[in-house]
Amino acid sequence: MGRLLLLRLAGAVPVLLLVSVVSFGLMRLIPGDPSAAIAGLSATPRMVAQIREQLGLDQPLLTQALHWYGGLLQGDLGRSILLGQSVFWSTMQRLPVTMALSAYALAITLVVGIGAGVLAALRQNTWVDQAAMMVAMLGISVPNFFLGLLFIIWFAVGLGWLPTGGYIAFTDSPWGWFQTSTMPAVSLALLNIGLLARITRSTMLEVLRQDYVRTARAKGLPRHLVVGKHALANAMIPITTVVGIIVSLLVSGSVVTETLFSIPGIGQLLTSAVLGRDYPMVQGGLLLVTALLVLVNLGVDMLYAVLDPRIRYER
Amino acid sequence: MSLLSIEHLTVAFRSETGQATAIEDVSLRLEPGEILGVVGESGSGKSVTALSIMGLLPEPAARVVSGRVVFEGQVLTGMGEHRLRRIRGPGIGMIFQEPMTSLNPIFSIGEQITETLAAHGERDRPKRRDRAVEMLERVGIASAARRLGDYPHQLSGGQRQRVMIAMALACRPRLLIADEPTTALDVTTQAGILDLVLDLREQLGMAVLVITHNMGVIAEVADRVAVMYAGRIVEQSPVELLFAEPAHPYTRALLGCVPTLDDDRVRLTAIPGALPDPRTRPAGCAFAPRCGLRVDACEAAIPPLRPLGPTHEAACIRTCAG
Amino acid sequence: MSDSPARATIRRLLRHRLFVTGLALFLIVLVLAALAPWITTVDPTKLSIRAKFKPPSMDFVFGTDNLGRSLWSRTVWGARLSVEIGVAVVVLNAIFGTLVGAISGYFRWADAPLMRINDALMAFPAILLAIGITAVLGPSTENVILALAVVYIPRTARIVRASVLVLREMEYVQAAVAAGAGHARILRTHVIPNALAPLIVQLSFLFAYAVLTEATLSFLGLGAVPPTPTWGNIMAEGRQYMIEAPWIITIPGVLLMITVMGLNLLGDGLRDVLDPRLRLQA
Repeated sequence: MGRLLLLRLAGAVPVLLLVSVVSFGLMRLIPGDPSAAIAGLSATPRMVAQIREQLGLDQPLLTQALHWYGGLLQGDLGRSILLGQSVFWSTMQRLPVTMALSAYALAITLVVGIGAGVLAALRQNTWVDQAAMMVAMLGISVPNFFLGLLFIIWFAVGLGWLPTGGYIAFTDSPWGWFQTSTMPAVSLALLNIGLLARITRSTMLEVLRQDYVRTARAKGLPRHLVVGKHALANAMIPITTVVGIIVSLLVSGSVVTETLFSIPGIGQLLTSAVLGRDYPMVQGGLLLVTALLVLVNLGVDMLYAVLDPRIRYER
Repeated sequence: MSLLSIEHLTVAFRSETGQATAIEDVSLRLEPGEILGVVGESGSGKSVTALSIMGLLPEPAARVVSGRVVFEGQVLTGMGEHRLRRIRGPGIGMIFQEPMTSLNPIFSIGEQITETLAAHGERDRPKRRDRAVEMLERVGIASAARRLGDYPHQLSGGQRQRVMIAMALACRPRLLIADEPTTALDVTTQAGILDLVLDLREQLGMAVLVITHNMGVIAEVADRVAVMYAGRIVEQSPVELLFAEPAHPYTRALLGCVPTLDDDRVRLTAIPGALPDPRTRPAGCAFAPRCGLRVDACEAAIPPLRPLGPTHEAACIRTCAG
Repeated sequence: MSDSPARATIRRLLRHRLFVTGLALFLIVLVLAALAPWITTVDPTKLSIRAKFKPPSMDFVFGTDNLGRSLWSRTVWGARLSVEIGVAVVVLNAIFGTLVGAISGYFRWADAPLMRINDALMAFPAILLAIGITAVLGPSTENVILALAVVYIPRTARIVRASVLVLREMEYVQAAVAAGAGHARILRTHVIPNALAPLIVQLSFLFAYAVLTEATLSFLGLGAVPPTPTWGNIMAEGRQYMIEAPWIITIPGVLLMITVMGLNLLGDGLRDVLDPRLRLQA
């Protein structure tokens, strides 16, 4: 296990390094003068020069790179132009909000997605299967912002069950958090439910055909153990791989969902940074979020080893 | 009363290209403590016969069309899954061809044996463990207590099949069905597994139904043998008699090929031709197209099994002459 | 009746219910996009304050928006833009994804560096990277296409590489090498055609992602610049009025859904028929 962790960590290092290069390079791709773009149309040449100096853009590229990596090593990702705060801390402040929302959406995804997929596989080619797969197809086809808008029209405005937007932290009021997070989480989850249900179904169909499932039946195990233990535990191995992808999709989705429901998370932070040409924020936020996702995937790899003894005992 | 009797069993498979009869009018009897070998080429329907006893046919593709299976006076065909599962394990145990894929790769072997005991009413955890150790010792796994936590991938092929046997026998079934138990194993391991089956029959007194394509395996373990061809039983007799006086031309061809354990390769390829397609079987004897003794009458009707003696029967209109 | 493999494949596709449904849905959008100049009589950017917030009616099939612009014209031209962007992204992926994937799978020396870069680009959440790129380059149709290409090419390259790796070990490729065929020739005549099935499947799903992501970007204000109509920016503008004039967001939303679903069904059908082994990847 420890060995495997080290191996995977070693594999993650070059990826992280390249991610940082891409993030650094991104800002140098701005056509023309980025300082002018940041300062806006009405800026005087002096203001532009000031911004240029502040961002170190008047330095040669190598100096800029050294500066950027020097900062990275100290956890300094620069300073947000819009917020005037350190990029690192602005991101960290918003992180719990996005994490709570993603965790909620992930929980819904896992329960509904795996449940629907298993059910569809067990009732292959019946109306249950067809209905589940039709809903899954809808799920992967409806844009989450459209779904969010429809939710607002139906459940917030029409029925008045839930607020149209805003956010209450779980620590302030669990009920308030539940009310403000449910619509965003469900609209975020739907795509992933569709994906997961489809993958779970095909994996389960594959697993149910395996000899060891027949063995489990042959030794007289009750159905819930044959399916719930012998089949599902094996199906969980490929399903786990998908969880890493789902987390990434949830973070992607949070960009638009948080904007739609006025939730002060990372998605909203980055969207307003992009719209406000707050390049240090975009660059640093992108790097930070991606680094976190690489770590999540590392965790998923470890989970894989927990589930599969063949990997666990690999030398 | 026989331990197991299969009576006129017919099983059909449905596929996209139509329906095919996998086995037709198969009747077999097995007495307590007896070892019956069922031999035939792959595709002859022997595995389907074995699976249909346990109700393990792949549904809904496969269907019992007619006939029935009776075990200890209970009719298994058409029995609900709920009651059937109480027979699987304590009544009938089963092992399969591929010990590699038949064991669940992600549970320890101890877990896989003890869960069987738990599913059949053993509430006491230490007792389950002791029983698992006892069974592993019986099947010849050294230092069994320390191996309980091992996973299938840590064992050799022969060891895996031993574990399968331990698992199948953990609930002391009266019948063990062994579907090609040694096919996936190398020659020396094969002999060990067959010896083990014979030993366990002595110790535990269960009956065994061995399914194989290998006449060598039959010679080694079986008391009685049934030969299957194209979904039907074509000859049945005590094993010595079959080897001494094979009646059906197919049986003779089988014996002519290879009666030894170690030379599995040559087996049935020496018979010219191939099994007929189950969807388009000939109207008469299915073996006729490959048979050297064929006469026109062979193609007129399917020959029934006819007694040749008190314990010997064959389905060939030429048997009296041959 | 001649039964060439291609013809047999097409026949099997046309018997595949989901494929045909997907094709029909996608064709609706494709036809709208292709015929946009002829089936719209009103300029999509023409304001008409007197006719604002008209619900769908005989005069305005899809109604009008807050500035009295015809939503029929706007969504049909939006469809054209979505399809154009989708096609551009698919073409760029087909070219560069295949190139990177084939080089990486075929030449051992190139594999590690190319795949590390691939991994790094794939580590970014797709929409975030696309947003970052369009933010830097500025919002415009071309930049959206570029951003989507950068985001999705690594994914396509990975799929092509996987099939090339399998193929490289196959006997007929090795036989060709032994017979002294050059690398370029082997790639062109053996490897690329056989990697085609998974690639086609991937590209049809990619078309769906591209349309969806483009809509998301322009919904956030990062796509083509208004007044150019895109489904995303129509919905973004309609958002303020979604209670009084729900049709403004619903019509492009439903069209977007039809497009994406059509392409997803198409992809499912292609996968079932062309490459059943891929079924596990759902």
